[in-house]
Amino acid sequence: MLRRLSVNQPEEFSFSKTNLKWAKAQLKKYPKGRQASAVIPLLWKAQEQEGWVSKPAIEFVANFLDMPEIRVLEVATFYFMFHLKPVGSKAHFQVCGTTPCMLRGSESLIDICKARINGKQHAPSADGSMSWEEVECLGGCVNAPVVQIGSDYFEDLDKVSFEKLISDVESNKSPVPGSRVGRFSSEPSNMTKKYSRKKSSSENASIERYRG
Amino acid sequence: MLKEKDKIFPNIHGFQERSLKGVMARGGWVDTKAIIARGPEEIIKTIQDSGLRGRGGAGFPTGLKWSFMPKSTDKPKYLVINADESEPGTCKDREILRHEPHSLLEGCLLAGIAMGCSAAYIYIRGEYVREREQLEIAIFEAYEKGFIGKNACKSGISFDVYSHHGAGAYICGEETALLESLEGRKGMPRMKPPFPAGAGLYGCPTTVNNVESIAVVPTILKRGSSWFSSLGRKNNHGTKLFAISGHINSPCVVEEEMSISLRDLIDKHCGGVIGGWNNLKAVIPGGASVPLIPKSVCDDALMDFDWLKEQRSGLGTAAVIVMDQSTDIIKAIWRLSKFYKHESCGQCTPCREGTGWMMRIMERLVKGDASVDEIDMLIEITKQVEGHTICALGDAAAWPIQGLIRHFRNEVEDRIMNYSKRKTVEAAE
Amino acid sequence: MTTKSIKINDTILDFDENLTIIQACELSGIQIPRFCYHERLSIAGNCRMCLVEVVGGPPKPTASCAMQLKDLRSGPNGEPPQVLTNSEMVENARKGVMEFLLINHPLDCPICDQGGECDLQDQAMSFGLGESRYTEEKRTVEDYDLGPLVETHMTRCISCTRCVRFTTEVAGIDQMGQTGRGENSEIVTYLSHTLDSELQGNIIDLCPVGALTSKPYAFTARPWELQKTDTIDVMDGIGSNIRVDSKGNRVMRITPRENHLVNEEWISDKSRFVWDGIRVQRLDTPLKKIEGNLMPTSWEDALSIASKRMENGNTTFVAGDLVNVEALYTASKLSEYLGSAKILGDLDTTFPLNERSVYVGNGKIEDLDNARNIFLLGTNPRKEASVVNARIRKAWINGADVYRLGIQENLTYDVKELGVSLFDLQNFLDKLGSKKSFWTNTMFLVGYSFLNSKLADTALNTIRSYVEKFNSKLLVLHQNASAVGSLDLGFETDVKVKQELIKETKTIYNLGCDTLDVDQGTFVIYQGSHGDKGAGSADLIFPSACYLEEEGIFVNMEGRMQFARKAIQPPGKAKENWKILRALTEKLGYVPNWLDLNGLRNALFDEFQLISKPGEIIEVPWKAVKKQKKLDSKISLPGYVKNYYLSNSICRASKTMGSLARARNSHNLKKAS
Repeated sequence: MLRRLSVNQPEEFSFSKTNLKWAKAQLKKYPKGRQASAVIPLLWKAQEQEGWVSKPAIEFVANFLDMPEIRVLEVATFYFMFHLKPVGSKAHFQVCGTTPCMLRGSESLIDICKARINGKQHAPSADGSMSWEEVECLGGCVNAPVVQIGSDYFEDLDKVSFEKLISDVESNKSPVPGSRVGRFSSEPSNMTKKYSRKKSSSENASIERYRG
Repeated sequence: MLKEKDKIFPNIHGFQERSLKGVMARGGWVDTKAIIARGPEEIIKTIQDSGLRGRGGAGFPTGLKWSFMPKSTDKPKYLVINADESEPGTCKDREILRHEPHSLLEGCLLAGIAMGCSAAYIYIRGEYVREREQLEIAIFEAYEKGFIGKNACKSGISFDVYSHHGAGAYICGEETALLESLEGRKGMPRMKPPFPAGAGLYGCPTTVNNVESIAVVPTILKRGSSWFSSLGRKNNHGTKLFAISGHINSPCVVEEEMSISLRDLIDKHCGGVIGGWNNLKAVIPGGASVPLIPKSVCDDALMDFDWLKEQRSGLGTAAVIVMDQSTDIIKAIWRLSKFYKHESCGQCTPCREGTGWMMRIMERLVKGDASVDEIDMLIEITKQVEGHTICALGDAAAWPIQGLIRHFRNEVEDRIMNYSKRKTVEAAE
Repeated sequence: MTTKSIKINDTILDFDENLTIIQACELSGIQIPRFCYHERLSIAGNCRMCLVEVVGGPPKPTASCAMQLKDLRSGPNGEPPQVLTNSEMVENARKGVMEFLLINHPLDCPICDQGGECDLQDQAMSFGLGESRYTEEKRTVEDYDLGPLVETHMTRCISCTRCVRFTTEVAGIDQMGQTGRGENSEIVTYLSHTLDSELQGNIIDLCPVGALTSKPYAFTARPWELQKTDTIDVMDGIGSNIRVDSKGNRVMRITPRENHLVNEEWISDKSRFVWDGIRVQRLDTPLKKIEGNLMPTSWEDALSIASKRMENGNTTFVAGDLVNVEALYTASKLSEYLGSAKILGDLDTTFPLNERSVYVGNGKIEDLDNARNIFLLGTNPRKEASVVNARIRKAWINGADVYRLGIQENLTYDVKELGVSLFDLQNFLDKLGSKKSFWTNTMFLVGYSFLNSKLADTALNTIRSYVEKFNSKLLVLHQNASAVGSLDLGFETDVKVKQELIKETKTIYNLGCDTLDVDQGTFVIYQGSHGDKGAGSADLIFPSACYLEEEGIFVNMEGRMQFARKAIQPPGKAKENWKILRALTEKLGYVPNWLDLNGLRNALFDEFQLISKPGEIIEVPWKAVKKQKKLDSKISLPGYVKNYYLSNSICRASKTMGSLARARNSHNLKKAS
């Protein structure tokens, strides 16, 4: 896929106060003069703030890290998690389509995306609230098929549960991430019952993080 | 089956207490100071004696790798943890990161000190946001307790651990691409030599290890090398996290003994192949890049480095992708070709051009829209990519196709015949 | 240097172990095909064309551009490592890579300017398959606008990244890169900005395919129809070695020739693209002023008018910025005969410059490679000698520190500022004192802003005292091609003397100087090639050849004598410069004992041994320094004052240079606003 900056760009970008503080703290992780190391985390933070990575954001990060703009542009276009144009305002569905998910039905999820969001990837739904793309292996293969929205994985999906997921997003219910068949995390299904009584955590770590 | 007491990751699924208290109750961060006191040489020797082979896919002896780090250098040395788990089928490190992060951190400290490193960077794939957050909490806890940082575990040694993340690039799982990415550039693999042990992160001596390779280290050091080497076959020791996905009744991540038979793994942990063992068509035993093995090979398969290598496949990351008889095997492999084309960094010619070409031919083979000669041509193209690229992604893109043709050539040919027959009929009508 | 024995195919030879396999092969006469590898750029290893087999190594071929000999393992019994460059493995690898490079390369060779001198074309012939097995759709890539010099055809790009590496590493501008990834990666400039460099034209030569081609040369000629002339550039004082390609009597393009001592293998954009100014605004017939208007006349008439004026004595000869030594010499002999003065137009000093060890120094351009400390005193090498600037940058990359006295301008590398005045320099010198290890590895580059300054005599003496004491290097960055030759021949630079002469003199014989202000009433004879300012104020004009139209000697800033060769004929009635002057000598009754160019040169070499050895710098005795005086002037040294792209009469006639100057102006305006 060609990776180019959006034709429509905002006038400017700057980090929010909190994010600026966070960004300054990031620099401490790396040796002196190696601040360019922080380029991916900073671009990611910019995307978290704005929903996508704009040209002003690239230039802001370049300036912040004292990097040439072209080097930041290279990074922004190389790593596919950076959205170079705006995505759905409520959710951008990243449907894993690689073989392990494909074997367990991701193609039908993609069909649902085409029918309910937009026939094309990276294009918004009619009201602009949703968009989708097929992504490569998300690393949740034993919970296939997997869809990522923002920071969260929705796992063990099938047509019905995915339709419901989209409906939930549409109607502003915030769906809880994780397995859609009642699994705790990646355990064999017979273990779920076996351990459910003993378990000391009510949810796996990912969902716990989602709850904040 | 691996006994509960021999599990290195008792809480891999996260059911048990995940707080530091729970971790320590299970033996985490216990005796760490005493182990450090054994000294670097002893630690490296124990790991070498244990027979631990790298869990990232290549299976290189971990202790040996550590011994390559230069002893005397005026530059800082780094340990870099490859948590860029992206090989299709692989999702074991995810569980360590979110449910057993302290074993990784303790491993970082012990391995880092053994190699004289001043810090460890843990490079997590960008998609694992929650897993990174969980790891960062663990890092915070460890700093707070003084396990890492200045005077780590009261050893008198300073050792920092930082988390860092990517943003969606499979290639960053290649160790030098990971280092490039960590330095703030595109993840384009470097040429070797120089190897990271000579000039790695920021040009300094660096060892890059997989998450699991490092996370098992504390337990090996605590229980001894002979315990670890008593598990598994010769040269394939210890326990291993397996991730079994695809057409099984219960996909999962489980810790098992190395060299477990594939059938046991699937039947005992995964509720069997959907429709039963005889419904099995093929298995990709070690993540997308290793060639598949057909059912006939699966029947006796042992899940370790050497056995699978003998079958011209590999253990890789022990990510087992199971495909039953309903699978369109050509399509399944085409999807991997699409993956590699998508993930090729574009740096070197054979991979940049070859992955796209292979994917396009595979796309036609899925339909059968090809001539039979093109099967041999495709094999030739895979050979033109294999071994000619800067990094192993070229090989990884070539092998699944080679495996497909090796074992399912008939099916590919049939598809071509049917397609041309259909075309002839259509033309006649 | 540690040597290592390597067996290449069947021959065992010893090499420096730091060499790479490709370099060792080259030394032993074996050509390894390559696209991305370039001696003067960092190693990328991405094209995979240079794969060779290392016997006993891994069962796959190795990139010979990246593998150093020291990393090759000896055989089990200590046999030297063996490299095969023609084995089956190697041949298959090359064939495969070649095929991959071609699958997405358009088959548009017939309309490609690179055709006939294309690495891809040549290597496809040598190593490729006869036909393509690729039946899928080919990739197309969008072009982008790089400005008036470089044209892009990105579909042809093979992603070797030479252009990215050159602009980043040598030119020092971080503006090009490769965005995206995989087969969709693209070589781009940041948001398609044009490049901000004086060296960008070199990426045309570096591009191994027709992705980056010359815009002014586009679709005008095929390489095999071009007459090639090896000659010397005169756009600055470097004396860059160039090749001029001409068709009929037209210059079609200029490219660099390799000379490690001078320009490595780069040339500035001015040197490369000035050729469209060669035939514009030309003086192609003798002209004389009648009632305020210049009217054509015959050579006979023009020479008679001149000789009559000059017979009366009191003629001052003025050397311009582009004159060759033969003309200067003939003028010089004539001035001796007439008892008149000769001055250098484009350099004003407050003191006489009559010793080469003063006005050139003891340094060479190549000395920059080993300097640890480089002092830029009143010079902007990026503008005054762009190729030298790239060499300073190279030294800086390799760890040298660069210090600057003068106005802050971006030079593409980090500079430690000493201040702006001679007083600031004195301060620095006092602070550092006689630190031997520092000064022995130091090179001073002195520019015209320094040399023109009021106390330059004292200041240069101070610098030379360090050179004398610590054996540091000194090189004066002369801006003009004719400067050192003129000085060698004794042309005057002392501004007081010059002003006096110009005021007093009745007749000025101006050899292409366009910066001269003359009082009304002075009769000016202008001998030059272009109708520029100098010609505008002339009473009599002798049209002459320019640097590509005659044989001539130029002495570069280091004092290196080099031959410029005639690539095309001068236009109309214009004649070689020395011939015009030689004709005049006879008119004036002075008959030198030579008639032709050979005779002239023999006489010149006899008299000036300094410029008698082609390509060489003759070592000169060091003129001892005087007692040091404190430098107390607080006057700022000026920055680079000229309009870079319009610095001489030929570039002022060039459309390309004009558009670059305009583009730069608007760029600067944008930056300022």
